[in-house]
Amino acid sequence: MKILIRGGRLIDPKNDLDGKFDILINGATIEKIDKNIHEASDKIKVIDASNHIIAPGLIDIHAHLREPGYEYKETIRTGTRAAAKGGFTTVVSMANTAPVNDNKSVTEFIVEKARSEGFCRVLPCGAITRGLKGEELSEIGEMYEAGIVALSDDGKSVKDAGLLRKALEYAKLFSIPVISHCEDETLAKGYVHEGLSSLISGLEATPSIAEEIIVERDIALARYVEAPIHLTHISTAGSVEIIGKSKKKYKKITCDTCPHYFTLTDEATLGFDTNTKVNPPLRSRKDMEAIQEGLRSGIIDIIATDHAPHEFTSKDMEFDIASFGISGFETALALSLKLTHDGLLPLKALIQKLSVNPAKLLNLPSGELSTGKPADLIIFNTDIKWTIDKETFFSKGKNTPFHGWKLKGKNLLTMVGGKIVYRDTNIIKS
Amino acid sequence: MKWSKKDLLGIRELSKEEILFILDTADSFKDISKRDIKKVPTLRGKTVITLFYEPSTRTRTSFEIAAKRLSADTINISSSTSSYVKGETLKDTARNLESMRPDAIIIRHSMPGAPHMLAGIMDSSVINGGDGAHEHPTQALLDLYTMREKKGRIDGLKIVIVGDIAHSRVARSNIFALRHFDTEIVCSGPPTMIPPDIETLGVKREYDINKAVQGADVIMMLRIQKERGGNSLIPSTKEYSTLFGLKKEHIEKAKKDVIVMHPGPMNRGIEITDEVADGPYSVILDQVENGVAVRMAVLYLLTGREP
Repeated sequence: MKILIRGGRLIDPKNDLDGKFDILINGATIEKIDKNIHEASDKIKVIDASNHIIAPGLIDIHAHLREPGYEYKETIRTGTRAAAKGGFTTVVSMANTAPVNDNKSVTEFIVEKARSEGFCRVLPCGAITRGLKGEELSEIGEMYEAGIVALSDDGKSVKDAGLLRKALEYAKLFSIPVISHCEDETLAKGYVHEGLSSLISGLEATPSIAEEIIVERDIALARYVEAPIHLTHISTAGSVEIIGKSKKKYKKITCDTCPHYFTLTDEATLGFDTNTKVNPPLRSRKDMEAIQEGLRSGIIDIIATDHAPHEFTSKDMEFDIASFGISGFETALALSLKLTHDGLLPLKALIQKLSVNPAKLLNLPSGELSTGKPADLIIFNTDIKWTIDKETFFSKGKNTPFHGWKLKGKNLLTMVGGKIVYRDTNIIKS
Repeated sequence: MKWSKKDLLGIRELSKEEILFILDTADSFKDISKRDIKKVPTLRGKTVITLFYEPSTRTRTSFEIAAKRLSADTINISSSTSSYVKGETLKDTARNLESMRPDAIIIRHSMPGAPHMLAGIMDSSVINGGDGAHEHPTQALLDLYTMREKKGRIDGLKIVIVGDIAHSRVARSNIFALRHFDTEIVCSGPPTMIPPDIETLGVKREYDINKAVQGADVIMMLRIQKERGGNSLIPSTKEYSTLFGLKKEHIEKAKKDVIVMHPGPMNRGIEITDEVADGPYSVILDQVENGVAVRMAVLYLLTGREP
């Protein structure tokens, strides 16, 4: 079965391509990219992408699919369906499931479940330490054999610097990155950012330095053992500054941020809306602007979602005891495109941060549109206006602070390995 | 002016006119408590519930007396007698209470925003009786009422607030109220108890209490909020009392007609000496008295309107 996508503007930053190209898919791979492909065959399916953009599929290096253990929040099936709708062809699932993904059995379960039920590719991230307890290393090698692509104790930092050093060294065996959640737990006791909003609301607050101290520490450790380090969901101006300076001296540092950190500030927490409760917390305007600038300047390499779906009840309570997290798959592209519309990030750079750079970090064959490569791609439109409605989410997690937002830009079709896994049936007719 | 708000969740949501309107309304209620028969039929047939998840003597009693003097029926629920101990969520408790059609519910809770959550799901008026370190609006209103009563004005006053500002809902509500007026507000206490950037609220910071109280018209003392980790902010209460306890020598640095306030409960010998607490400039018990009038005004304005 061949599919021909015709008439669209193809943007492929990796090959420096931006123009009107047709793309021919044969089975799971890309067969040909050229101007005006004419393929006369009955067995060819033609998709008209006129007025739309064709780009490599988005890759999310930070998501919570909740399975196994928290199927009431999300499953691999519902999560990947939501991801596919949002334009993601690959997602990395974090290890904080129950049981924790700290051994090959859990890794195998996730891989198998994703293979049979997933709408997009799922690459598991293994826990650095057993049970995410920060005490001893997980069986990293066995998990690697089973399919993990990265290591992270996401949700907390590895408190013991000596242990993190060992993890950084050991991970070299497999050339997989350590993804560091930066949070000093002795300083991070709060539910919101320490700043003007917490001054007003009286909510327990976490200062920026809780993140920055660990950013500094983890970079120093990585540099000492000459290992790569990836710092995830960076949220403060100080972190951007530290990472910017450190990158000049040491090349193996990468980092990501999430749409909520470049879109919202702590002011959003003033009404006690628990959908604004996220870790790290929404920061000040100064921080938000520094994150935007970090994306523009290239200090921040990647946009990740930190998709953290929750069931209704765990958000329907007092702010202090509500769960942390935002359901992010289905809003990430439009919120990122807002940066482009606001003149803060060119479209090409946006695709780099949502696809090319994540592929590079994880050493994946996707993230580009070339002959012989997997047909992981999306068709999207930058100008279609729509209103975010949490009730229409495919994700079980309706926990979004963006409900009711009017945005411009929408994913219309997602293809994973040559298979159409999502199509906006109103716009892309079959 | 006509009152239009259903709830009283915080001072920050109130305009200067609304604050003054409550204080003026309280004026007309104050006399009732001095009469032989301390009851008027204003809120006859109304039901007022106090739902307290934190301990309270003054606020709960004050609200209950205020409601009773207006002839409303009152029901008191505290966390130890509520289904909270059986695992019922606050929202469910609120929905159940709402089904019994009360007219007003006064909630005190350790978590900021708890009253706001209830206000969103209840038709009854929700009054914030203190939510964590966030707000305690009726306390600030009775404090302003007392200042205005004793000083004849609020404009032009220098008010010094001393103590655990970081964890104090009383300080926050007072600051939100007082900054509507031409006042000088100074926050004093150990640096661990004064939040960063407090100046953005329109107040001054002066760690040294000796300097802070100079020329003060009002000194407002706060207690250490042990339940919110206040004790970890200082080496010992003994040292705190040495450095920040309000003593006679501080009174002498203030204006001659200075008044000393405290929202209670007082920890004698820690943030305030007996001599000062019981001295002629102390208006601490006047605050309590005025609390009833102010709460009568709030209950009247919120529930007294015809539907």
